[in-house]
Amino acid sequence: MERALTLTKTTIGKKALMALSGVAMLGFVIGHLSGNLKVFAGAEDFNEYAVWLRTMPGLLWGTRIVLLGALAAHMASAFSLWSRNKSARKSRYTKKKDLATDYAAKTMYWSGPILFFYIVFHLVHLTFGGMIFGESAVFGIEGYEWDHSNPYNNMVLGFQHWAVVVPYVLGVVALGVHLFHGIWSAFQTVGLNHTKYNFLRRDLSIALAVFITAGFLSIPVAVLAGWIEPTTQTFFYPELEPS
Amino acid sequence: MKTKNLTLNVWRQRSKSDSGRFEKYVAKDVNEHMSFLEMLDVVNEELLEKGEEPIAFDHDCREGICGMCGLVINGYAHGPQERTTACQLHMRKVFELGWDELWIEPWRATSFPVIKDLAVDRSAFDRIMQAGGYISIRTGSPPDANEMPIGKHVADMAMDAAECIGCGACVAACPNASASLFTSAKVSHLGLLPQGQAEREDRVRKMVGQMDAEGFGSCTNHGECEKACPKGISIDWIARMNREFLKAMVTADNEVEERD
Ligand code: FES
Repeated sequence: MERALTLTKTTIGKKALMALSGVAMLGFVIGHLSGNLKVFAGAEDFNEYAVWLRTMPGLLWGTRIVLLGALAAHMASAFSLWSRNKSARKSRYTKKKDLATDYAAKTMYWSGPILFFYIVFHLVHLTFGGMIFGESAVFGIEGYEWDHSNPYNNMVLGFQHWAVVVPYVLGVVALGVHLFHGIWSAFQTVGLNHTKYNFLRRDLSIALAVFITAGFLSIPVAVLAGWIEPTTQTFFYPELEPS
Repeated sequence: MKTKNLTLNVWRQRSKSDSGRFEKYVAKDVNEHMSFLEMLDVVNEELLEKGEEPIAFDHDCREGICGMCGLVINGYAHGPQERTTACQLHMRKVFELGWDELWIEPWRATSFPVIKDLAVDRSAFDRIMQAGGYISIRTGSPPDANEMPIGKHVADMAMDAAECIGCGACVAACPNASASLFTSAKVSHLGLLPQGQAEREDRVRKMVGQMDAEGFGSCTNHGECEKACPKGISIDWIARMNREFLKAMVTADNEVEERD
């Protein structure tokens, strides 16, 4: 025997890796959304929640490491399969009718990279924002100063400005479109299919995609409509201040 | 009886290495009851009379069972009629759609190189079959009928998978030129039956390994193959193959060779 067939080198293995890493990231997105929706409970609740996350460095770092690994695996598989699929058809059809492909499926190679760039932007803004912008205005937006102890205002003040809202909306919509195809696709890829529940796979993908998109979009909508306002209260949490 | 003149744009390619191009032909007085291939036969006769090279296309049974024919007609693999091979497509369907101009292309996939014009080399499928699409049994006198009990639902499912005629429309229609539908139907057909159990774990790994080695694309779950399939093979088979493959890769006690 020359070499044994290895799972990670096969197309199905790579697809399974994409599905699993995708599910891991989906799990995070759902958790992230439920945390963010605390913004509707007010500044104090939201900030307390941010502090609470800091009290569990194991969970925080564990999540970060798993997510980073998942993202790397997801992207590496996507890239490898994409280049393979490109060379699987070198001469293109002059006419080709799509009979089953929906918009989401067709644009996975777009929604994926858009999401990636949004994630980078998002991290620069909110995760490393304090480090990068220090005491100066975030993204040069006047009146938008970073306050380590007030994540609520860091979020709400940002959503008052298009430079934050526009990329956010783009990123969230790309996420929704990506999930619309991705969730259903993951079921199929790992072979979760049975006549008993097959009809639910589409419905679940649509429901989750819509719920997540609407949930994330509700925040800038609420800020722009004035239902959520920046707080004038001052906070001080040593856990959130840079050491 | 309706007749009509049609403008044909046919893909002409002298050989595998030729780059190929569309040539325009006029099919005169096409009868609505002709099959699509008969229409091409008539065009070819005219070409022969004029001393030109006839259009090469594959065909054999012309009754939708052998899987030899295959044309992409105006962007549809096997033409616009659902669950119908190109040989079983009749011109009345083309008339119905009001198509006066047709674009006829071969299956396009790197793993299906063009032999000539519209005929492609599908021996990659044969190699996938050789890798594991068989069962090993002792031959000899025929076994008694019903010697081996097979549940009705198993027999039905195996028959559904066995409907695949190996025409390659799934590859042609797939945006990634993936052979997943074909391979999955063949893996499942034997994998379901009791006779196929002995080699079950090896079969799926060897056939998927060969499918990859042939350079077909990967499945992105668009579902184009299922719609193009003249036999209505469902993408449920792909999910089943994935499950069986992943399970075998993770739990089988032996290893199978990587192919290249
Ligand atoms: S020629 Fe046999 S299936 Fe069309």
